[in-house]
Amino acid sequence: MSHSTLAALATPRADYSYAFLDAFARRELRRRTLKAIAIPGYQVPYASRELPIARGWGTGGLQVSLALVGPQSVVKVIDQGADDSVNAANLRRFITRMSGAATTTDALQATILQSRHRIPEEILREYQTLVLQVPDPEPLRAVQSDSSRAHQMHADADYGQMWLVLYEQLVRYRQYLQGASYPSLVNGRYVISPSPIPRWDTPKLHQAAHLTLLAAGREKRLYAVPPYTDVYPLEFTDVPFQVEDQRDWRCRHTGVQHKFMNELPLADGSAGYELSDSGYQQKITAGTAPGATYYDDQGNFYHDGYLKPPVRPE
Amino acid sequence: MTAISNHRFVPNDPPRLVATPPLLRAQGLVKHYGRITAVQDVSLEVYPGEVLGVVGESGSGKSSVLRLLNLEEPADAGTYTLELPGWQGQNLLRLERFQQREVQILHIGIVYQNPHLGLRMRYTSSGNVAERLLITGERRYSTLRAAARASLATSEFPLDRMDDPPRILSGGMQQRVQLARAIALRPRLLLLDEPTTGLDVSVQAMVLDTLKRLQRELHLAIVIVSHDLGVIRTLADRVIVMRHGRVVETGLTDQVLEDPQDAYTQQLVHAKL
Repeated sequence: MSHSTLAALATPRADYSYAFLDAFARRELRRRTLKAIAIPGYQVPYASRELPIARGWGTGGLQVSLALVGPQSVVKVIDQGADDSVNAANLRRFITRMSGAATTTDALQATILQSRHRIPEEILREYQTLVLQVPDPEPLRAVQSDSSRAHQMHADADYGQMWLVLYEQLVRYRQYLQGASYPSLVNGRYVISPSPIPRWDTPKLHQAAHLTLLAAGREKRLYAVPPYTDVYPLEFTDVPFQVEDQRDWRCRHTGVQHKFMNELPLADGSAGYELSDSGYQQKITAGTAPGATYYDDQGNFYHDGYLKPPVRPE
Repeated sequence: MTAISNHRFVPNDPPRLVATPPLLRAQGLVKHYGRITAVQDVSLEVYPGEVLGVVGESGSGKSSVLRLLNLEEPADAGTYTLELPGWQGQNLLRLERFQQREVQILHIGIVYQNPHLGLRMRYTSSGNVAERLLITGERRYSTLRAAARASLATSEFPLDRMDDPPRILSGGMQQRVQLARAIALRPRLLLLDEPTTGLDVSVQAMVLDTLKRLQRELHLAIVIVSHDLGVIRTLADRVIVMRHGRVVETGLTDQVLEDPQDAYTQQLVHAKL
């Protein structure tokens, strides 16, 4: 007959609650996340908590990931496309240590992908959630410094000034200049700033199978692009939006073309290119067949007709 | 029956201005700023195609009235209606903010004395005009360019400078950009807040010429606020004289300026002449 003691019956003592956040914080985040999903593109304020990393280092994304993660989750963390940068490694280690979740670098195996600056090249599926870290959630910040006024402009769908900025760019440079975080209209209602992802990645949000959650820890706002939601970059009907032109760029390790590349200065003064998505590159190098990608080998986007041929305005 | 007995007495046609209902009708406008009463029981009417001048000394409440008419600020009391399709008989001062915005954008144009209030100085002049169309949902770049060019041409702005920011333009040109912006959506009502103050006399004369021509061609109803009686005399059909937030005298321009009845108006007219 075994002697059960009180200590043996009780939950073992732990220094932290599961996945670091206490129950109140987790409930707060989950409620706000649900609200954000219910109103696509609307910035929901939330009670952003202190975390053992500094504000501005991905605390928004980290809180959302911690609120979602469970012991069965598989986590991938991306920083500038890479899995092995210091920030990504730190966040990944923290999430798994606090939750017991598994980690991966394979974009298709992950159930939660936390990312800064990139959306993977392979088409994400319905079982996946992409969490984007956002430094500045307010797309109107550049044109309206008063945030309560900006809030009112969102309510009125008063985005004339954002269009004016595009108009100015076309007048002066005959093309859209905004490189990353290209303002996009979600579900025909709210304009969002889709984190500093390159223009290359912005179309990937359109009618995506996966859920995208965008969270800013310092600014205490989170918003969502639910699965199968329309996302259109702001563009004039006669001057279509363009992604980065990298047609002639070829990855020096894998020979792949028509994927988003990092440009590397070489010793002889020329430029070399390598795949920005390191998980995708690993798969190719290892000889594993990667999944279908958003842009095929000819550079065509997987939604036909979404990206249009370039037009130079007069 | 003879032709003569058929001929009934027909009264003379009433003056045409009176035959049509007034475009703008404001009654009993009141506006306080804290303890200060800026506008006290001001009523005015403007008919389509008419120019109403508002004169008075600094601080008499002229500009406050204009801000109320432009729905920029909430009034404390009063009614304000515009004879516009869809908005007849509605007190615009009591509308929701977004409805007020719709009326303001589509039907009211305004030119401020200070171009910094009316223009985005860092953007191009054509962009300043195109913004009005962008707000209403125009999404073709070529249409925006054409509309900006047309409006700027109408306000006699030199088109080779249409993509310069107002920051580097002269005062007269800045006012022309404001004017082009105000008429970009072909509003029925144009509000002018000291549009030529601060311009030298020759530039002022040219801007006034443009205003007169525009008013004739577009059949605009205009409310012009000025302390410059010369400007009022050139443009206005009718005048109201304000002092301490109240209307002290109203009448046809010539009548008021040549034969002022109120003591203050007499003082004002003689101070000028």
